[in-house]
Amino acid sequence: MSTPLLTARGLTKSFGTRTACDAISLDLHEGEVLAVVGESGSGKSTLLSLLSGDLAADAGRVTYRLRSGEVRDLTELGEAERRLLARTDWGFIRQDATQGLRMPVSAGGNVGERLMAVGARHYGDIRTAASDWLARVEIDPARIDESPRSFSGGMRQRLQIARNLVTSPRLVFMDEPTSGLDVSVQARLLDLIRGLVQEMGLAVVIVTHDLAVARLLSHRMMVMRGGRVIETGLTDQVLDDPREPYTQLLVSSVLAA
Amino acid sequence: MTPLVSLEGVSKAFTLHLRGGTMLDVVRDVGFDVLPGECVVLGGPSGAGKSSLLKIIYGNYRCDSGRILIRDGEEIVDVASAEPRRILALRKNTMGYVSQFLRVIPRVGTREVVAAAGREGGLGRDEAARRAGELLDALNLPERLWDLPPATFSGGEQQRVNIARGLIADLPVLLLDEPTASLDAANRAVVVDLIEKKKDAGTAIIGIFHDEDVRRSVASRVVDVTRFTARSAA
Amino acid sequence: MSTPVTTQDGYNFAYLDEQTKRMIRRAILKAIAIPGYQVPFASREMPMPYGWGTGGVQVTAAILGPDDVLKVIDQGSDDTTNAVSIRKFFAKTAGVRTTTHTADASIIQTRHRVPERELVAGQILVYQVPIPEPLRFLEPRETETRTLHALGEYGLMHVKLYEDISRHGHIATTYAYPVEVEGRYVMDPSPIPKFDNPKLDDCPALQLFGAGREKRIYAVPPHTRVRSLDFEDHPFRVQTFREPCALCAAEGVYLDEVVLDDRGGRMFVCSDTDFCEERRDAGHRGPMAGHALAAPKPATEEARS
Repeated sequence: MSTPLLTARGLTKSFGTRTACDAISLDLHEGEVLAVVGESGSGKSTLLSLLSGDLAADAGRVTYRLRSGEVRDLTELGEAERRLLARTDWGFIRQDATQGLRMPVSAGGNVGERLMAVGARHYGDIRTAASDWLARVEIDPARIDESPRSFSGGMRQRLQIARNLVTSPRLVFMDEPTSGLDVSVQARLLDLIRGLVQEMGLAVVIVTHDLAVARLLSHRMMVMRGGRVIETGLTDQVLDDPREPYTQLLVSSVLAA
Repeated sequence: MTPLVSLEGVSKAFTLHLRGGTMLDVVRDVGFDVLPGECVVLGGPSGAGKSSLLKIIYGNYRCDSGRILIRDGEEIVDVASAEPRRILALRKNTMGYVSQFLRVIPRVGTREVVAAAGREGGLGRDEAARRAGELLDALNLPERLWDLPPATFSGGEQQRVNIARGLIADLPVLLLDEPTASLDAANRAVVVDLIEKKKDAGTAIIGIFHDEDVRRSVASRVVDVTRFTARSAA
Repeated sequence: MSTPVTTQDGYNFAYLDEQTKRMIRRAILKAIAIPGYQVPFASREMPMPYGWGTGGVQVTAAILGPDDVLKVIDQGSDDTTNAVSIRKFFAKTAGVRTTTHTADASIIQTRHRVPERELVAGQILVYQVPIPEPLRFLEPRETETRTLHALGEYGLMHVKLYEDISRHGHIATTYAYPVEVEGRYVMDPSPIPKFDNPKLDDCPALQLFGAGREKRIYAVPPHTRVRSLDFEDHPFRVQTFREPCALCAAEGVYLDEVVLDDRGGRMFVCSDTDFCEERRDAGHRGPMAGHALAAPKPATEEARS
């Protein structure tokens, strides 16, 4: 399909006098991974919230191509439609897993919730699906009845992934999914994400300050600073042949192990 | 015969903003063609821009002017001006690249690394797995290493994994950057053999070879990057 | 027994002023128009603390007329403190006839049980509700639960049931078991045992629910579909009791456990005292029919206050 899955045109958002996003435009096709990279205050997280509809933009629009093929302006979607979309066709992996999970609910309940939300009413089937997904994200299925409170940070993130992917969404937003995790845990998580993205042909917008994560996961990259896009292109282009002064600074600042 | 690769007036300079905007010429006004079955060797001293030129052709480096025309089936794609998605598709289906360094992905075993590249290039799952094994075998990488991620391999071993990855699929254009640099004589010979087979299959190859013997064996022509005039192999 | 009572001076009929009653009636009408939907209302200060049935009392006060006959039960019994107090309250402030017989009552206010005897058209059952929001324990934000109801997003409710099954092997909720009303709103039927849930379905009487502290009124009009939530492979089932009532030998009714001594002696008797009494009057006898509990009650003070 040559029509993009998600497009943004002139997205702008200000908080008081501070412009967090200044007329940002982008296209995302099915199966593409776009990394939005920048330092704190660059506007990358705000952009993600604008794209997912968590925040309302001051100007600009976002369109999304539904499974039916119809392209809809997200601001024109009704609340019910938008929430249904968020539950079925989209995923959102949050930086803080406790925000993206229901902590008092068991792992199985967390994964099964979306299924139940779209009408699954057979306990055994729901449990089997949840169990399969836990295994897929490398959580021991025997822990299906445990609350994520007893899970490590890496496990919670993996549970978040299972919870979001169980309805086979086409678009996933990720906000610094590996930040705060131990390096070995990060590696495992990144590998998992990489595998799932390829297997499921997911389109992803991933916000990260870690260039190595961008290199590993994304096809294209957007560098943001002060609410603007400084440079954009294929990930390997931007990282290996940075043109803009800021991009060069960013790339050269990364310490090699 | 129409060329598979055609460069016209390709120029590039780096602007080092962190050094006060110093400009560094990389290449200037490069032009040459590569026909199917040819292996064009880029010649010239170290630092002449050979590696950079390969990266420009692959779309890894962006050029300042000129055209890089790759024939993709019926279509001609100019890498210099193509959309990112088009370049990605080109890399998947048409153009392969063997770099000097293997970028290691944690946790993925060697055979899977190679097979995945095969699937990316359009091979079926079983075919990719089979060829991966064949190539690793031909390149003298013992089976006991096949399930290990290449992170802990020696330079030569990693290089051979890289070569296997680059050669596994049937891509019509191959870019090889010092593929034999860390290899011993026996393995160099294997690589030469693999390159010959690719040439026989009609693949257009552009390569950089440090080793004289290898260069002599595989080169159809040498293009001296410093002078940009094509010179037939002696 | 039905006894006439007089009103005490200084109170408006049924305690609440007329404007307040209008406000509550408007809320009730809305609730009836949208079965199962929680209508906010301006709950008044009542002469009893929260947690003692202020919601139910306000609903009853709003709908009570001089010709009504009022029955008040608490856990099925007419003679617990709660039931007696509320009955006296309305006797004092409205002067209406009160009764313990379900069949004679036009309004039945209840705490946590539905009478065993089938209700008929023209009767109103007023439930006392502590927490009206069925999703509250899983979603503490009021803003969010309102949105979930508005959008009909009830996946979360099933998550609760899922959790029950995963923890206990079956849906362990035995009271305040959530129901779906007319295929639209999910409602908490108040802490009645799930045994009583089927009685809400297609009931000839009007059912009103009042939560005083939470300030919500909801309703199930007569002959409304009320379905208890469940899973296909874990269908809703009511509790069964192994023994019949010890006093009247009734089966298929909800039983209370009564401790008889400090040596573990106990018996199971009808929770609905009026129902049990009626059966005994009709001649039914259980194995403990001679027990003191079964003795006829003396005429109480409630006739006069």
